[in-house]
Parts: sequence; C-alpha cells; structure tokens
Amino acid sequence: MAYSEKVLDHYENPRNVGALDKDSANVGTGMVGAPACGDVMRLQIEVDENDVISDAKFKTYGCGSAIASSSLLTEWVKGKTLEEATLIKNTDIAEELALPPVKVHCSVLAEDAIKAAISDLQSKRSND
Amino acid sequence: MHLPIYLDYSATTPVDPRVAEKMMECLTIEGNFGNPGSRSHIFGWKAEEAVETARKQVADLMGCDPREIVWTSGATESDNLAIKGAAHFYNKKGKHIITSKIEHKAVLDSCRQLEREGYEVTYLDPDVDGIIQPEAVAEAIREDTVLVSLMHVNNEIGVINDIAAIGEITRSKGVIFHVDAAQSAGKVEIDLENMKVDLMSVCAHKIYGPKGVGALYVRRKPRIRIEAQIHGGGHERGMRSGTLAVHQIVGMGEAFRIAQEEFAEEDARLRKLRDVMLDGFKDMEEVHLNGSATQRVPGNMNISFNFVEGESLIMSFKDIAVSSGSACTSASLEPSYVLRALGLNDEMAHSSIRFGIGRFTTEEELKYVIGHVREAVEKLRELSPLWEMYKDGVDLEQVQWAAH
Repeated sequence: MAYSEKVLDHYENPRNVGALDKDSANVGTGMVGAPACGDVMRLQIEVDENDVISDAKFKTYGCGSAIASSSLLTEWVKGKTLEEATLIKNTDIAEELALPPVKVHCSVLAEDAIKAAISDLQSKRSND
Repeated sequence: MHLPIYLDYSATTPVDPRVAEKMMECLTIEGNFGNPGSRSHIFGWKAEEAVETARKQVADLMGCDPREIVWTSGATESDNLAIKGAAHFYNKKGKHIITSKIEHKAVLDSCRQLEREGYEVTYLDPDVDGIIQPEAVAEAIREDTVLVSLMHVNNEIGVINDIAAIGEITRSKGVIFHVDAAQSAGKVEIDLENMKVDLMSVCAHKIYGPKGVGALYVRRKPRIRIEAQIHGGGHERGMRSGTLAVHQIVGMGEAFRIAQEEFAEEDARLRKLRDVMLDGFKDMEEVHLNGSATQRVPGNMNISFNFVEGESLIMSFKDIAVSSGSACTSASLEPSYVLRALGLNDEMAHSSIRFGIGRFTTEEELKYVIGHVREAVEKLRELSPLWEMYKDGVDLEQVQWAAH
C-alpha cells in the first residue's frame, strides 16, 4: 500500500508525542481503541483559563495512518477553544491525510479521541 | 550489499541463475521448444525427454517413483486436485474430511467448496507451538472419514508437523493422507518411500524455481485414485490435462536437483544465519518467536515485537522486504488466523513480522536488518501508550478497552 506524503511526514516526524499530567484539573485525557483491534490512541489536552487548548500530546499504538491521524490532530487542536475542537470531523482528517477507504477508521478514532479528551475534562469539572 | 534487502523467502524466492539458464534453453527456435505431446517428430521427443528428466529430479528429492508425479500449475492447483479429486473419487466411502485451522487458503478454500457440496469438515486446532499433534488426528477420524489434509511446514510460522507419525495413523485406519509440502520441499527431508503419505503437493517457486509450476505426488502402492479437475487431452495419465509447460517443468526439475544436492550445506548455512538473527534480538524486552522453538525450519522466523503494531513497523523498513501477521497489511483488517489459532492474543498477532531468509541472504544483510528493526521498535515503543502502560506496571488484560 502506498502512503500519502502527509502520512509519511507525520509518521517520520510525529508532532507532540508524550504525556501531560492526567491528574491536573486542566488536562483532559482520551484513550480510545483497543489492542485487539490493532490501534489504541491516547490524546491529552491542556486548557488555559479561557478554555483555549494550550497544549496537546499523544501516544498511539497502531498503523502509520493511525499515528499520522493522531499527530495531525494534536496540531489542529492547539489554539482552538474546546467548542471549536468538538467541530473537528473525521472526514477532515481523512481528507487532509488522503487516507484510503480501508484506513478511514483511523480518522474516526482520532475524532473519538478528541471527544473523549474533552468529555474527560468536563467530567473533572462537574465533580469539583 | 544491495538495497532493498529481500527477507520474504516464505512468500517466494528468486530463481537460481542455474535454473534460469536451463529454462532459457527451452524457449526459442534454437532451443527445446517442442510439445511433449507431439509423437511424430524429434521436437516432441526431445521435449518429452526433458520433461521426464525433470520428473525424475523431482521424484528423487521426494523419495518416490517418477511415475507418481503429476505436473500442475503450482501448489494451489495441486491442493485442489488432491482434496477435491480424492473426495470426489471416494465419496461412496464417506464424506468426512479432516484438516487444521492453520492450513494454507488453498486447502481451506478447497474444503469450504466440499462443504458446499455436502461434505463435513473437521478443523483441528494446533497446540500452542503451532503443531498438529498426531493424537488429535487419531481422535478425529471417524467411520466415514475419507481424507486427512495437513501441511508439512507452516507458511506463516515455519513449524514442522510430524507427518511420518500422522501417516502411520491414517494408513492404519484406511484414510487417505494428503500433505501440502509447498514450504517443506528442499528444506526438510521428505522420504515418501517410508512416509505413509498418499498425496503430496509441491511447487517450484519456494525453492528457487519459477512460479507457475508445481506437482502432485499420487501414490501407486497402494494405489490412490483421484478425479481430474481439468479435462481435455488426457495428459498426465488423465489426472491433469493441458500441454506441459516444458520450460517451467525443466526449471522445477533443476531447482529440485540443486536443492537435493546442496541440502546439507544450505541447511547448515541457514541455521547459522537464523542464529545471527535471533541473537540480534535476544536482549530486547517482550520479543517473542512464534511457534515451536525447536520443531521448525531455519528459514522462517515469525517474531512478535510486543506493544508495536506490525504495519507501522514495516513502514519504517524502507529497504527491507518482510511480511506481517498484522491486520493492517491485509484487506480484511483481521489479524493472522494462524497466529490466533496458536492462542496468541490479538495484540501479539498484530505485532508480528515474518522474516524469511534463504539461499542469497548474507550475514551482512542480517546485521543491517537487526540494526534497523531495533531502532524502529524503540522509536515506535516511545510512541506507544501500551508500552508506557507496560513499563508503568499496568496489566493490559485488566483495562476496559473501548473496542470499535
């Protein structure tokens, strides 16, 4: 299978790899996928006092397209408000990376990851 | 050292130059191009002679009589001819067939076709080493069992079944035994004079011969009958019609001759290279050789690099050709059915790479490969949330995953 240049670029130079303090009140963590399915994505976002995403980190177990989808996502969410971040669609990711149909599920997983991270952040707040 | 490096010898092999030379002598007007079926002139006679020499070369490696060899287009056709041909011929005796879950698709799909025709098929489980235990075969045989079809060496993991022991069982119960030996011919000793095998599939391209040619061994004593699947002309004693592809057959014969003559030397060399490869990963954490550590051919190493997904690993090997048991390299998105049948969990199956080494592999190449693999695994583990959790002591089996 041939990969698009953008997928190769993110695979070779993944952006924002790492972890944020998952116990911090300003950090939301989304972990989606399952090892049995061949991909697990962990996306973490940190927000400032205005609910703007100031930092994002990821780690992904999965194929090159899954790694690229999550790497791209961290670039996209930085600087966005939480509300704006919820509007990111998997189709946008698939289009940007030119994912073939068999890899579209990787972009779906990325969309699930940002939704999960935001919902984690919100549930932390409602518990406070 | 030439790049890219070919390490997928279980998929296919390059043709040995000595084989290509022989094949080229059977094509042009100056060469041996005749139709072996032509009885009226020297061109036909010479072609027939070349085909019969090749038949003897193949028979010699397998330890059988040349008259027991039927030419086909490859192991897939041989499997189809053996399984459907024997099942159809002996259908009055019964309609039960035994095979295993880790056979090649050529065997599994032939069995599926027979199921559609009303046959019943038992699919045996391998043990954790990937071996089909002879006792499991004995237990599965019934009154109406006509055929047992099992592979000699598994294509994905390289483990060897004890076909001599299984043959004793099938013969004593009067059941026909077919063996797919596509991955074993030239790599493991085959002695059909003493092994109680009735039908055996082989092909040329796994042992430095050309693609598109194979053979089916059909035992004469006791005589095994099969129903032809391809009709027209009655070639190969009616079992497989079609003009014989002289250049292909001559290539297969030469490939089998070389494999037999150089067996000991090649086996020793591959064992040494296998040790170099495995030693190269020995000190890494969570690296597993899949299948039996001892009952295996040296040329096939299926290794799981835990917490790293196979396709992403292959993506980093720009100059190394290997294959993966990962779902993502196939259209189906299912991880290897062979690795799963061994009882490997899905992530270990997703993390597997098959390294196939062969006649033209060098130690220098393997050193290069080891370095690259180690580097890529380390890089991808830094990216892997599973590796981080493993290092933090999290039991991944206990995590509630959101399966999708």
